[in-house]
Amino acid sequence: MSRPGKAEAGITRASGHLHRLLTEAWRLQPLYVSLYAILLSFLIGGVLISMIGVNPLTAYWALLRGMVGNGERLAGSLARSVPFIGSALALALPFRAGLFNIGAEGQLLAGGLTAAYVGALSWMSDVPGIVAIPLILIAGTMGGAAWGGIPGVLRTKTGAHEVISTIMLNSVVLFAARWMVGSRDPVVLRDTDSTVPRTDPIADTAVLPELVDSQPVLHTGLFALLGLCVVVAFMLNRTNFGFEIATVGLNPHAAHYAGMNVNRVIVLAMAAAGAFAGLAAASEVSGTNGHLQPGTFFLMGFDGIAIALLARTKPVAIIAAALLWGSMLSGAPLMQQEADMSIDVVRIIQALVLLFVAADAIVRYLFQVREQGQQGQSPFQAASVEGAV
Amino acid sequence: MTDTVLEVDSVTKTFPGVVANEDVSLTLDEGEIHCLLGENGAGKSTLVNMVFGLYRPDRGTIRVRGQDVYFEDSGDAIAQGIGMVHQHFQLIPVFTVAENIILGNEVTKGALLDLDTARRRIHALAERYGLAVDPDARVGDLSVGEQQRVELVKALFRDADILILDEPTAVLTPGEVDDFFGVVRSLTQQGKSIIFITHKLREVLAVADRITVLRAGKVVGSTTAQGATQQSLANLMVGRDVVFRVEKADADPGVPVVRVRGLRSQDDRGAETVTGLDVEVRAGEVFGIAGVEGNGQRELVEAICGMRPATGGRVEMLGEDITDWNPRRINQLGVAHIPENRSKHGVVAQYSIADNLVLNRYSQAKFSARGVRNTSAINAEAAALMEQFDVRATGASAALSTLSGGNQQKVVAARELTGELRILVVAQPTRGLDVGSIEFIHRQIIALRDRGVAVLLVSAELDEIMALSDRIGVMYRGRLAATVDAADATREALGLLMATGSSSATDREKQ
Ligand SMILES: Nc1ncnc2c1ncn2[C@@H]1O[C@H](COP(=O)(O)OP(=O)(O)OP(=O)(O)O)[C@@H](O)[C@H]1O
Ligand SMILES: [Mg+2]
Repeated sequence: MSRPGKAEAGITRASGHLHRLLTEAWRLQPLYVSLYAILLSFLIGGVLISMIGVNPLTAYWALLRGMVGNGERLAGSLARSVPFIGSALALALPFRAGLFNIGAEGQLLAGGLTAAYVGALSWMSDVPGIVAIPLILIAGTMGGAAWGGIPGVLRTKTGAHEVISTIMLNSVVLFAARWMVGSRDPVVLRDTDSTVPRTDPIADTAVLPELVDSQPVLHTGLFALLGLCVVVAFMLNRTNFGFEIATVGLNPHAAHYAGMNVNRVIVLAMAAAGAFAGLAAASEVSGTNGHLQPGTFFLMGFDGIAIALLARTKPVAIIAAALLWGSMLSGAPLMQQEADMSIDVVRIIQALVLLFVAADAIVRYLFQVREQGQQGQSPFQAASVEGAV
Repeated sequence: MTDTVLEVDSVTKTFPGVVANEDVSLTLDEGEIHCLLGENGAGKSTLVNMVFGLYRPDRGTIRVRGQDVYFEDSGDAIAQGIGMVHQHFQLIPVFTVAENIILGNEVTKGALLDLDTARRRIHALAERYGLAVDPDARVGDLSVGEQQRVELVKALFRDADILILDEPTAVLTPGEVDDFFGVVRSLTQQGKSIIFITHKLREVLAVADRITVLRAGKVVGSTTAQGATQQSLANLMVGRDVVFRVEKADADPGVPVVRVRGLRSQDDRGAETVTGLDVEVRAGEVFGIAGVEGNGQRELVEAICGMRPATGGRVEMLGEDITDWNPRRINQLGVAHIPENRSKHGVVAQYSIADNLVLNRYSQAKFSARGVRNTSAINAEAAALMEQFDVRATGASAALSTLSGGNQQKVVAARELTGELRILVVAQPTRGLDVGSIEFIHRQIIALRDRGVAVLLVSAELDEIMALSDRIGVMYRGRLAATVDAADATREALGLLMATGSSSATDREKQ
């Protein structure tokens, strides 16, 4: 009784079946929201495309071929995806500690600037690659870590909310980079031989070896970021630090009671986030561009937020989500060529994905409703049986 | 002849690995208070959660006023006039009382919230049933007793006439309990029917019309308050004879190992609630701190355990000045702490039982090497502790949130009462536990005492203080108003001290 219409019940039941299929048969429980989100977004995207008068199947087919149509496109898609892994991890790790890091955009740039500066130091060309490459990667990592650590310190010392401080720090580093890279008088980091604002080219020894000459180039930075995912997954799942992060994120009072240093965890989590972004940036500067332009990482940090939320902040799922994200962006031009569909459609679909995924996560985050029925975030969270409560 | 408003007919509910309710039947008459009794994990909360639409029965029927009902969610139950106050409150701390009450049932004027109308209705309800609440107070600032009144008003605001109260008195002070029963009586006089869950047999006998006892998910007995005694109910619940008196030998205290001198500390709002307190606890004794809640007991315990800064004075333990130490260092010294607020401080609800059992010892060499967790050692420890403390769950990997309230408390007790400890600080150690488990925890505490552990016990239950303590201090306005030998203490004398901070009888004793 007291149930609305039969039709509605039918729909509920049908989606219930789909749901059960996804959760039980495929054991993807924590990720089902994400799979729904992707499915739904492509459906809505298809409707939009057909409203413009293009056959969505044609458009999507072109998109798919653009993404993975041949070896070179596949490599290009991979290359495009690699840095997203870093920027997504930069959201994911603090998220586990209950922190919302909006600052990957700035942390990328901070890491990129240090990497570009160190890579272009005059003595870099005198040291062998085996030294120079780690140096440039470490420099970027440290630069990002320092920039990421600041909002952590601000949060613990003054209570400034990291959402606000990371947004502001994004602007600070963006304008600082524009000036440092753009200014001719005085010259700070600008390559004065170049007509566009960019830093001096890095030493040849500091360039990450290329794997495939695709567009963009697929280079060995891929291994650095895949390796990072494994390390972060291990850290979150198997170490005491991961346990502390999860405890601080789920119940900071209990963390305090249990003798964990909550402030230390907050600062370290933010610094680690910055480090991940910094490593991604250094790998791009070193392997893809050979220099830094102020706009190089434009939107990469914000895309990282979407990717991390799509992957429910799980490091291994982040690899898959970053691949999807990057290859959609790299496949879009072919869709534009063949189906005459603006590449913005891809951006719209991505925005929809984020909307569907985040509506859930962000609302919960902002209202701090963490106790009930929330799942799939901490590795230590035991599977809760029966979603009813 | 009264009408039956609610009928639970042969209901069964299983969770993976547990039959939480098996063929349970129950009726509730109009204007009746029906008490549900049972051990921790017997299935009481599960049963009422089904009545409130939070779980769906696997089998069986629920009838409201003679009609079969199938609830998809609690919204359906509310529509049928059922209201529930949960074992763990469901309020949002940053919202005001009025906002919390209307949440999910918003009174609107056009597109805007009509808080004024809501406020007026809240006042009217408060008046009618004697439930004093301030609609504009922030829920986070309220005491537990006040929050509970808010939960009640919230249910009444939605016109509930069947009220389910899941362990409402577990967190109340004795004074609040009396007020609460006043409210309950006025509710039933005005035709509301109540299902009432509690572990306190005295309360059951005081207010119940009928009593149903569950054990391991099944109804094992049904009686009226007239036909029952505390002993008969306890035996029925546990299935064996329960000893209410704690058997213990005289204490053999050693040297003082806890020395608190002139301690001052503040509550969250910055008011000084510990105002220069002195206390000494000797090895091998239980020092009980009695007092009306809110006289600084919470801040005292937290300051001693390093969770709250001392604003003055000093705390010495085992000869070390630990005043500014952090909780980890204090813990490593051999100090265990059962916190008063289990769900806030003591556990991470989303974690497994195993992770909760190592919440503050995960970094010990036994459970991790070079920062990497030793999962098998953690699980082995968990299995052993669960066995020892009779934690009823499907396994060590079950999420703590799937445990019954009492079993959650047992997890905390298991963690804190084991290991290398020299000093034990316990606040409300048996809150929410059934009589059998209380007996068990009490025995553990006394066993630790007999091994030379110094125990500082804070409890709102005077019975518990009197049963366990060797010496009793009465806390009044942030200080110990008096310290008496447990052997000389009487309920009356302690009650007077708690209420006024002085009594001529104890003044004489002190000389
Ligand atoms: N969501 C759930 N998932 C799995 N098991 C559950 C869940 N909820 C309850 N249980 C199990 O069902 C049994 C009954 O639990 P319930 O909470 O009803 O006990 P209770 O009688 O209310 O106990 P207490 O007095 O300790 O509150 C317990 O074994 C518990 O572990
Ligand atoms: Mg219960």
